[in-house]
Amino acid sequence: MNNRVKTLTETALLISGVNPKKCMKCGKCSGTCPSYDKMEYHPHQFVSMVEKGQIEKLMNSASIYYCLSCMACVERCPRGVEPGKLVEAVRLMKIRQQDANHKNGNDIARIADENVPQQLLMAAMRKYRK
Amino acid sequence: MIYSYYPGCTLKDRAKQLDLNARTALKAMGIELKELDAWQCCGAVYPQTSDEIASRLSAVRALSDAENGKLITLCSACHHVIKRTNYDWLKDENFRTKATNYLKPEVPYDGSTQVIHVLELIRDEIGFENLKKMVVNPLTGRKIGAFYGCMVLRPGKTLAFDDPENPTIIEQFIEALGATAVTYPYRNECCGAYVALEDKSAAETQVDRALNSAVKAGCEELITACPLCLYNLVHNATANKLPVKYFTELLAEALGVKEGE
Ligand code: SF4
Ligand code: SF4
Ligand code: SF4
Ligand code: SF4
Repeated sequence: MNNRVKTLTETALLISGVNPKKCMKCGKCSGTCPSYDKMEYHPHQFVSMVEKGQIEKLMNSASIYYCLSCMACVERCPRGVEPGKLVEAVRLMKIRQQDANHKNGNDIARIADENVPQQLLMAAMRKYRK
Repeated sequence: MIYSYYPGCTLKDRAKQLDLNARTALKAMGIELKELDAWQCCGAVYPQTSDEIASRLSAVRALSDAENGKLITLCSACHHVIKRTNYDWLKDENFRTKATNYLKPEVPYDGSTQVIHVLELIRDEIGFENLKKMVVNPLTGRKIGAFYGCMVLRPGKTLAFDDPENPTIIEQFIEALGATAVTYPYRNECCGAYVALEDKSAAETQVDRALNSAVKAGCEELITACPLCLYNLVHNATANKLPVKYFTELLAEALGVKEGE
């Protein structure tokens, strides 16, 4: 691993608290993931790709914006790996970079219709921009 | 009994019915919700990485402002954020230290507040048997399904609300009001959450699957505790549709104190 790859991998592991080595590759997380069809990389792939240091690929994939934080994979992983936390960590690593907001406040306000609850706007602000 | 209460911003606006009916219904049951003096938005989503400190501070403020060691929540999302932050406070010394350094409180939060959802308050402090006795308009004959969604249930270890895979608390609530509770497989799956803004079709898929499952099982209406679930279930349904209400509207109706009626 070169230095950048090493730093990114360490950061993802540190801030998520996930240990990919616990994964037994059963696929249960991806089987239960409601966003499976929308994701290029599925929850179990986040686990193995982080282990291999392929963080940038994940950071540049739209998959990170499709995770619902529904905690289904976190609850149902038989080994307590909690893949959803890795998705969150990688997404944060992406949007914390300069000018890397996925959506800004104006984008979010523009898409919202008059029925949208504040909860949805706030959630989108937190998930898609820094 | 008077309890400290955290309403959250959605309940001051789009989800007023969730809040107003909770206040009047609980009052009829002898419970007063005392809104915290100066609460801030909880942020709506729980930040899952250990280095997100600032985004958890409003939850810490709410926790330390609660009186008598109990804080009542009502919005599923607020409950989730505040309860998980409380758990972090007890388990994560780094978070505790950094949050205390930021907040510089006169008296540091001691971690002792219990976060209690209104449904838990009814189950544990009033009891469904007692609730049954307080009903004046039993909802006899109505076939009602609970839509739990995610935030009150998972992760089960932290939320400790009910069995995350086979919850029954809302069904017991429905039965106590005299209606028939209908269980269906997708009641504890996600409605599509905030991804509705990113890609409407993602939320539509989730909602159609849940509603299909509910209709098949015989539900004629649904109840929820989450404004975002309600929004998605109502506005992102493309096939089956069902009326969706907040559980507190149903409660107020059965107790004969519904707002605006
Ligand atoms: S938390 Fe994200 S990755 Fe995990 S099951 Fe839910 S949507 Fe899929
Ligand atoms: S459910 Fe857990 S153990 Fe199974 S593949 Fe997913 S992360 Fe690995
Ligand atoms: S969840 Fe929503 S309504 Fe509840 S306080 Fe937080 S942002 Fe506001
Ligand atoms: S179903 Fe969706 S909106 Fe409802 S609690 Fe889950 S994530 Fe939130």
